[in-house]
Amino acid sequence: MNEREWRVEPLGEDALLLRFEQRLDPAINQRVHALAAAIESRRPAWLRELVPGFASLALGIDPNAVAAPDALQHARDWLRQGAFDAHEATEATLPLFEVPVCYGGEYGPDLEALAAHAGLSAHEAIARHAAGVYRVAMLGFAPGFPYLLGLDRGLAMPRLDTPRTRVAAGSVGIGGAQTGIYPRQGPGGWRIIGRTPLTLFDPARATPNLVAPGQQVRFVPIDADEFARLAAPRARRSRR
Amino acid sequence: MNSVHVLAAGLLTTLQDAGRPGWRHLGVGSAGALDAWSHALANRIAGNTDDAATLEITLSGPVLRFDVATCIALCGARIDARVDAQAIPMARPVDLPAGTVLELGACHEGARTYLAVEGGFAVPEILGSKSTDLRGGFGGMRGRALAMGDVLPLASRATRAVAAVHAASWWIEQAPDDDPFPTIRILPGEAPDVIEALCDGPWRVDAASNRQGLRLQGHALTPDTARERISEPVFPGTVQLPPDGRPIVLLADAQTHGGYPRIAHAIRADWPKLAQLRPGDSLSFRSCTPAAARRALELQRQRFARLALAIEGRSRAC
Repeated sequence: MNEREWRVEPLGEDALLLRFEQRLDPAINQRVHALAAAIESRRPAWLRELVPGFASLALGIDPNAVAAPDALQHARDWLRQGAFDAHEATEATLPLFEVPVCYGGEYGPDLEALAAHAGLSAHEAIARHAAGVYRVAMLGFAPGFPYLLGLDRGLAMPRLDTPRTRVAAGSVGIGGAQTGIYPRQGPGGWRIIGRTPLTLFDPARATPNLVAPGQQVRFVPIDADEFARLAAPRARRSRR
Repeated sequence: MNSVHVLAAGLLTTLQDAGRPGWRHLGVGSAGALDAWSHALANRIAGNTDDAATLEITLSGPVLRFDVATCIALCGARIDARVDAQAIPMARPVDLPAGTVLELGACHEGARTYLAVEGGFAVPEILGSKSTDLRGGFGGMRGRALAMGDVLPLASRATRAVAAVHAASWWIEQAPDDDPFPTIRILPGEAPDVIEALCDGPWRVDAASNRQGLRLQGHALTPDTARERISEPVFPGTVQLPPDGRPIVLLADAQTHGGYPRIAHAIRADWPKLAQLRPGDSLSFRSCTPAAARRALELQRQRFARLALAIEGRSRAC
């Protein structure tokens, strides 16, 4: 029943990978998060990691918490007996998260190039990017980096041929058909169109991430003054 | 607070413990000692539990001043270690008086040495671990490798009277097995013919290798398909095959998701061996079954339990 929708593969000794149809498709990704929520709601003690991907879900298993010698078989049996079905599972409902973004200028050095590539004015490109409702397909690449599905096709643009060595924390970028936010300063090859003053990921917080896998996200344009106002608490914190 | 002063940092010295499992869904890798075997042994010898933080020293070590008398242990790659003119031996407890300057030099016959200090290091736990996450920039010593001038806090408050440097007369045989030309056992991935070619080694460790992964040089493999893949979760041990045909064996700092074909998976029992491979070293791969992987890990655990018992007996005797 369940294996109609996904195929189970071992991922080394103590992890399973549930692979859905391998397409970059918001509908498939939604099934991944629905299944993750269903598993989470009955989370067994041996489940160490539950990692969503675009079209797959990994289960990391603590073999010491499983009495059976073959932990992977035990996990496969548990999945089968649980009769998990991503079509029936309902997602945990997370509120839509709004990300304030100052587009263009020093915060978005690639906005003009992106607009030109799309055949739009910078203003139109901003409006289109901010009109979308996106889904956090997964957090990966770096701690707290959200890969967002749902970009207006007209805004898609290939990554830079040579990645920048330094992208500022909070930078909002477009890489191919996806958009995302760099939580931390570092190298990056996506087209940077704006920046949020929010600290997207802080391992010292009780909940390190602001957005969760599967959550929906919207961008809200702000001006430089608003950016400075919202960024001030962060700057004060980091000086301490 | 009792502390250790970093007078020179070494090539890449990081604080690591047993790692940070349970956060991959947030894009946070596991980190932790690459050679968990040597890390745990050093801890046991220094009187700690396996999960205390140790210093993971890469290829060339730091110079450290201990402002309090303590006991240390060095395990893993043999390292040039001295206090003044006195050589400090491996794999046994060594008492150091307050003010000792320990000079750690080059690693030999391995890439990584673990330095455990009695009581462990008292850096804060972040997401349940003291390990340094170099890619995320948190954990350990401010999320980075040690730097000159760092002061590492020690957890131990006990003050012991140590008059002079003293190394125990006993030591332990610390290798997890006796294989000089490492053969890494793998579980097959998705493409059987690529596995055959992978096992038709030998491979050489590329200089661009790091805690994220071992990059290998050899006869380039042909990926089974040129089509673009969708990124999906990967774990330490995963062997990836990028389009250039040169496999990458992911290690503890592996990113959480990867888009390259996963051609195999190095078994857990052989991770300590992977951690000790130096740039230029040779290795080969051998296919094994999940049952054999479990057996190998169980044998290694039994071996560790015997060593731990011996260490405990010795420590009580002195």
